[in-house]
Amino acid sequence: MNEWTNTGREPDPLPSSLAGPTAPGLGEPQAEVEETLKRIQSHKGVIGTMVVNAEGIPIRTTLDNSTTVQYAGLLHHLTMKAKSTVRDIDPQNDLTFLRIRSKKHEIMVAPDKEYLLIVIQNPCE
Amino acid sequence: MLPASAKAPHKQPHKQSISIGRGTRKRDEDSGTEVGEGTDEWAQSKVTVRPPDQLELTDAELKEEFTRILTANNPHAPQNIVRYSFKEGTYKPIGFVNQLAVHYTQVGNLIPKDSDEGRRQHYRNELVAGSQESAKVISETENLEEDEEPKELETEPGSQTDVPAAGAAEKVTEEELMTPKQPKERKLTNQFNFSERASQTYNNPVRDRECQTEPPPRTNFSATANQWEIYDAYVEELEKQEKTKEKEKAKTPVAKKSGKMAMRKLTSTESQTDDIIKLSQAAKIMERMVNQNTYDDIAQDFKYYEDPADEYRDQVGTLLPLWKFQNDKAKRLSVTALCWNPKYRDLFAVGYGSYDFMKQSRGMLLLYSLKNPSFPEYMFSSNSGIMCLDIHVEHPYLVAVGHYDGNVAIYNLKKPHSQPSFCSSAKSGKHSDPVWQVKWQKDDMDQNLNFFSVSSDGRIVSWTLVKRKLVHVDVIKLKVEGSTTEVPEGLQLHPVGCGTAFDFHKEIDYMFLVGTEEGKIYKCSKSYSSQFLNTYDAHNMAVDTVSWNPYHTKVFMSCSSDWTVKIWDHTIKTPMFIYDLNSAVGDVAWAPYSSTVFAAVTTDGKAHIFDLAINKYEAICNQPVAAKKNRLTHVQFNPIHPIIIVGDDRGHIICLKLSPNLRKMPKERDPG
Repeated sequence: MNEWTNTGREPDPLPSSLAGPTAPGLGEPQAEVEETLKRIQSHKGVIGTMVVNAEGIPIRTTLDNSTTVQYAGLLHHLTMKAKSTVRDIDPQNDLTFLRIRSKKHEIMVAPDKEYLLIVIQNPCE
Repeated sequence: MLPASAKAPHKQPHKQSISIGRGTRKRDEDSGTEVGEGTDEWAQSKVTVRPPDQLELTDAELKEEFTRILTANNPHAPQNIVRYSFKEGTYKPIGFVNQLAVHYTQVGNLIPKDSDEGRRQHYRNELVAGSQESAKVISETENLEEDEEPKELETEPGSQTDVPAAGAAEKVTEEELMTPKQPKERKLTNQFNFSERASQTYNNPVRDRECQTEPPPRTNFSATANQWEIYDAYVEELEKQEKTKEKEKAKTPVAKKSGKMAMRKLTSTESQTDDIIKLSQAAKIMERMVNQNTYDDIAQDFKYYEDPADEYRDQVGTLLPLWKFQNDKAKRLSVTALCWNPKYRDLFAVGYGSYDFMKQSRGMLLLYSLKNPSFPEYMFSSNSGIMCLDIHVEHPYLVAVGHYDGNVAIYNLKKPHSQPSFCSSAKSGKHSDPVWQVKWQKDDMDQNLNFFSVSSDGRIVSWTLVKRKLVHVDVIKLKVEGSTTEVPEGLQLHPVGCGTAFDFHKEIDYMFLVGTEEGKIYKCSKSYSSQFLNTYDAHNMAVDTVSWNPYHTKVFMSCSSDWTVKIWDHTIKTPMFIYDLNSAVGDVAWAPYSSTVFAAVTTDGKAHIFDLAINKYEAICNQPVAAKKNRLTHVQFNPIHPIIIVGDDRGHIICLKLSPNLRKMPKERDPG
């Protein structure tokens, strides 16, 4: 049987009974993205998240500075290489996600037009 | 050069060609036209020869004497040269004209000894040769002296030269010692008092002057020209062209405002420079991936796990629990409606509300994706509890909902508003009782969206979306048949039946079934508003769900809180099958893959799966899927995946996988 585990998140304060813009994808897209990032960070097994810009400079991070800088620099190059590989094979194709699974944890990179979202997770086992 | 020997009075010779006497030829002046003694000699020796064109002159004329004068004048030199005098401003004749006539010139290389050049050469020769040269010089000088003498005398015996040569030789030997010094430059210096004084001019110091300009700002630029970069550039170009075309099109038509609006929209979106927004797509994907990691085993089970025990279990199957969906905001609400999205098969909509008459609060509409079990994709809130929902088949972004307060609304998932796009109101014909079911219909003739709703107030209403407004048309008013109460004063009250469920026939468009609170099922037609086609006395309590079989167009099924599930043929008034499930049945649903499989959920937390082809009397699967306290309210089969979702009254949704035994497809049978 599979475990039914609680995600361990704090319950959000319930909104008033009046209908309001509480839905994701509505009203303020910025808040929505922030919320998503928060959820990811608080998800089970996630060690750290960081946002890196197109030049490999970290913009936001939840890890310490030296680790962040190291990850940012290395993963930026790797992502560029991976993207170049995919597109060389077929220019109409593009890289959507990159996952590196290692013994200790898994590094996930979601490239975007200008940014790179990196999440390090320890898949629970 | 003509030695002028005779001068006589100068007569201008008129005739140059004067032949003197006896036919002498024409001669130049200087060739001896002397009149003198010589002519007589000439005359005697010669025989007169007369040329034919000779002038014939008389003797007197012949004897006439002509004096000729030899002058040193150059006959070619002009005699009357005039030069312009700037002083006087006129031309003045030059008195003296140069009479020099050069007949022959040659440049030679002989230099007179006594001239400067000659002496210099002399000196140089002495320097270079040294003693030998000096000897030669002396001998030369001796010879020269000697040579001069023979030149004068013109008769010189060789012996004379020899003697002085011998004498010269003696002199040479004597002077040999002295002469080497002579060619060298001898500085006569005072032996006792001499100091060499030299001076050096002052050299100006050299200084380098440099100037450096500020270097222009430079940056390093590097890029690669890959196949895909070139492709990107082309795509960008295309887009730009298309944009310009669109802008032209937008400007040219009459509605210039629309063009302006488009421009404004463009600028407004561009001005949102909040960078985080650009991460939204990446964040979404990342969240799904993180979830996939966490629920990796569930995802694997969903895809690949097939219960192997089913081979040994005789015709009984199991349900494997997969994901559980719950949201804190919907914690205290019950799941009142479930619907899979017809286009995106991993997306399903959940309506939250409350079945409790006393505790009525807000409602919610959440859309979950199987790819992200921890957070819904869309979330809408409403004042009143949502009791039912339906997603349009062709427009999978339109969700019709019915509320507890009788309102119906349409939500548009594409639009970012939390408010429904269209909503009914008290004015526009909302129900006066909770709306128990809504169903989309095909677009009407004007291509307007259309859906039906059924409510406890006995009305079945057709709502049409006409020009952004919901227009309602009462299709049928449910009447309770057979019980016309007689009220005094002759008024006839028609008690209104309360519809609780309905379903439209798959093929026959106008035919539909309505279940009521009294337990009756009416077969109605859209065209007849007052009459029912048929009535079935189905249940003792309210009918919760009616559902046509997707394959057998004559068969439908109903369930009720009276613990039974009944299967009917619409032509027959009595049910074909009756199943008692020991607990109030919340919902039934036909399986999309088989005409004989259906699922039912009860309030004791159990899910029952029946397969009529295998076992007509019992369920082939009877499994508690939730805690006993939780009443299961709804169940839905996924159109393509072998999973079902079950909602309960705690706001939880459980996704279960059907084991192979439950999924047996009926074999193709020969017709007849």
